[in-house]
Parts: sequence; structure tokens; C-alpha cells
Amino acid sequence: MTSEPSGFYPRLWLFDLLLPACVFLATLLLWEAIVRAFAIPPYVLPAPSLIASTLVNDWPLLFASLLVTLRITFEALALAVIGGLGLAILLAQSKPIERALLPFAIILQVTPIIAIAPLLLVYLESSTAVLVCAFLVAFFPILSNTALGLASTDHNLVDLFDLYRASRWRRLALLRLPSALPYFLRGLRIGGGLALIGAIVAELAAGAAGQGTGLAFRITEAGYRLNIPRMFAALALISFTGVLIYGALALISRVALRRWHDSARARQM
Amino acid sequence: MLRRSDESLLRLSRIAKTFPGGVEALAGVDLEVRRGEFLTLLGPSGCGKSTILRLIAGLAPASEGEIIWSDGARPQIGFVFQDPTLMPWANVFSNVYLPLRLAGLTRANAAPRVIAMLSRVGLGGFEKAYARELSGGMRMRASLARALVADAPLLLLDEPFAALDEITRFALNDDLLALQRELKTTIVFVTHSVFESVYLSERIAIMSPRPGRIVDEIAIHSPDPRGEAFRVSASFADQAGQVSAALRNAMAVSSAP
Repeated sequence: MTSEPSGFYPRLWLFDLLLPACVFLATLLLWEAIVRAFAIPPYVLPAPSLIASTLVNDWPLLFASLLVTLRITFEALALAVIGGLGLAILLAQSKPIERALLPFAIILQVTPIIAIAPLLLVYLESSTAVLVCAFLVAFFPILSNTALGLASTDHNLVDLFDLYRASRWRRLALLRLPSALPYFLRGLRIGGGLALIGAIVAELAAGAAGQGTGLAFRITEAGYRLNIPRMFAALALISFTGVLIYGALALISRVALRRWHDSARARQM
Repeated sequence: MLRRSDESLLRLSRIAKTFPGGVEALAGVDLEVRRGEFLTLLGPSGCGKSTILRLIAGLAPASEGEIIWSDGARPQIGFVFQDPTLMPWANVFSNVYLPLRLAGLTRANAAPRVIAMLSRVGLGGFEKAYARELSGGMRMRASLARALVADAPLLLLDEPFAALDEITRFALNDDLLALQRELKTTIVFVTHSVFESVYLSERIAIMSPRPGRIVDEIAIHSPDPRGEAFRVSASFADQAGQVSAALRNAMAVSSAP
């Protein structure tokens, strides 16, 4: 890309950012126009302007809930990174360990989390249960991607480390972990989005027990009160949070792989 | 040919290699590598040339036979693969530093040797570059520097220049000869190019198709040092003709029962 003539950039930028932004804005305007033209009552479908003003008016309440949801999401993601990375390294140490433990990880992955949530709420305090739910969904993509990365080391480089009689530890630190980095980061991007979904789903399940104060609980609560604009405002905040998390994690991966990202892609082909 | 001695560095004795799938790669290979020489293994694709290098390097065990080292044990070995095999996440300096790092040298202690070796292979000033920012020839130079930096007395090269364009290949051939002259390294080189083998080698071992055996050994006579004049000389053409004929015979040997 660096060799492209600089005049090419503005057009690319226009296409990548401005076009979707315009379409998004046009959609909002159309929505606003339809609500006004047909005089649709706000308890059926609120106009974007009403959702925006609800967001402003209810900000103290919504912001407090956003912080709760964010805290759960990031705590779950941090635990998933530690657990996923740690277990992937453990699995990569020997085939018997991998054979013995992988089925558990797969069972956790294929079981819909919403089905586990009520059970977790029986055994755990609701805030812990929500955290565990979010952790469980974020954990598997990080584990499986990292495990794949650790197993995809360049054979010639493995030979080279054999030739110089590298210890198991140095092989891990200097060869296998760096090789796995692009895979781990891909797992992290997926896991980040799933942690938020897990937190929301678990909160919805826990909300029935009346303990939650996260954004999902606000949606349930506003639903009971037929406060549809607030439901939309909370939903908009959740979407926005999801976009931010994905963007932040994508940025981390781009910065980490900046110098060798092309070659990493070529090797995956 | 002053630098060539007839003293043996290693000898392969009745080496056979059968892969777990049952493919017989090598059958009864006898080969001597002499100290300081440039020996080329020449043969058709799939004849087991690379397998011989892997056995010498200790990267795979032989199924039968033995490798006898004159000094009693396998020395440190430098290996250059067909691909440059650089770590894409590390810059040129760190890639070349790797063998010294694995030998326990700190970055500061290793730096003078790494930098000296990089300038020897023509990569001075590229310490901070990453593999994908380099051309194919430069990547191969970095790979060569990595193989040579630990002062290995034996260098094994597995078709290292096969993927490069001709101009780059010629330049790297001359640089490899100059490096060997300077460092007195013993080289075992694998190629399927008759011309490359004649240009580089003091001795060529010709292999039959799978299961590979050494069917002929040819000594190459040349001016010292070699250069562009040798490449276009009648003597070069003659010897390339002899080697081609020997390679044809090797192919015929295998089709006989």
C-alpha cells in the first residue's frame, strides 16, 4: 500500500468511510420522516430524534448501567485471555493432554450459553454468574485460535530450532508464541464481541431475578414500563459499545502485526 | 585448489532411509565429505538429496547405516533452506542473532558479529528491516548470514537459489564462493541445476532417482578464483557436458531392473 500514489488515498477514504456514513444517515432520516409522516406513536416506534433525546435525558441512569456492562465484558475478556492462552499453551505441550482436555472445551463451545445461564444462576451469585457466562463464550475462540496458531509453526523454523538444540521454553517463547500471535489476535477480536453478547444474554437471564443493573436489565425494565424510547436508547448504547470493542481490538491487532502482517497472511493461504 | 585437503570431515556409510509411509528415499548411500571442500549433490527432483542433508544435520534419523564424523561428534552446522525461512515477526538483526541467542550470547555481546556478518553478505544497514520489506535475493542473503554467523565449520544448503532470478542467482553464487574462501567452511550444496553445480563445486556427487544412491562422482577443474570468465569458457561447457551425460546415465541406471 505504501507504494500507491498518494492521490489514491482520499478516494479510498471517501469510499470506505464516507459512503457507509451517508447511507447510515440517510436511513436515520428516512426513519424520522416515516415516523412523522404516518404519526407513529413513540410506544410503537420512536423517531431517532426521540431516541437521541432519551439518551441525553436518561444519561445518568444509562451511563451507570453501561459501566456495569463494560466492567463485566472486560473482566470476562481478561479472564478468557488468561484462560484461553494458558490452556492453549498447556494443550500444545503434549498430545495426551490435548486429547484429554479438548472434548471439554468443545462441549462448552457447542452448548448454547443461554441454556447454561439459568443453571449458573442457581449455583452462583447473579453478578458472578453473569461474569462466568460472558467468560465461557469469549474463552473458546481465544483457545481454539491460539491452539491452531501454536500448531501452525513453519516446519523449517522448527528444524532450525532443532539444529541449534533450543530448549522447550525458548522454542515456545521465541518461535511458537510469536507464530501464534496473528491467530491469537483473531481469537481476541471474536472473543471481544462474544464477551459483550455473553454479558448481555446472562444479564437478561439474571434480570428476571431482579438483581441486574447492566444495560440488558435496563432494556427489560423499560420493556415492562412500555418505555420504548429508552429500550432503543439502551440498545443503541450496546451496539455502539460492540463497535468500539471490535474497533479497539482490530486496532491492537493492526499495530501488533504492522511490520509482518502481509507475510503472515501469505503463510495462511 | 589449495584449500582442499583430502582429509575426511564425515563419511556416510551404507545409509538407507525409509519413511514411515513406506517410501524408500535412500538405499545404500556411500559418500565422503572432505574438510574445506565444496561438494554438490546433483540429481532429479525427489531423489533424496534433501534427505541426505537432513540426515547429516541430525534432523532425521537414518533407517540403516551410519554417519562417521572424523572429530568424533557432529559439529555445529549451518543450514540454508530452499525458502529463506526468516521469522516474519523479527527484523533482520534478530533473525541473524538467533543462532547466537540460542547459544546463550547476549544481544550486546553478539551485536558486533551479527553486524559484521550482515555487511559481509551485503546487508549492511538493513538490520532493522523486516523480511517482507526485502527482495527475494536479500532474504536469502539474510538466511545465509544466519547460517554462517555461529562459525559453523559445515554449511548445508538445500537448493537455496532455485527460486531466484538468474542475475540474482549468479551474484549469490559468486558471494557464496567468496564467503567460503574467506571462512574456510565445508559446504554440501544441493541443486538440480547442472550449470550451477559445475560453476560452484569442486566435486559433484550424482544421484539416481528414488531410492537415491550416489552413482557417480565428478571432480571439477577450474581457475581459482572462479568468475564470469569461467562461466563462459570452453572448459566450463565441456565439464557441464560431462556432468549432463553422467546425470543421463544415472537416470538410465534406475530404470534397469
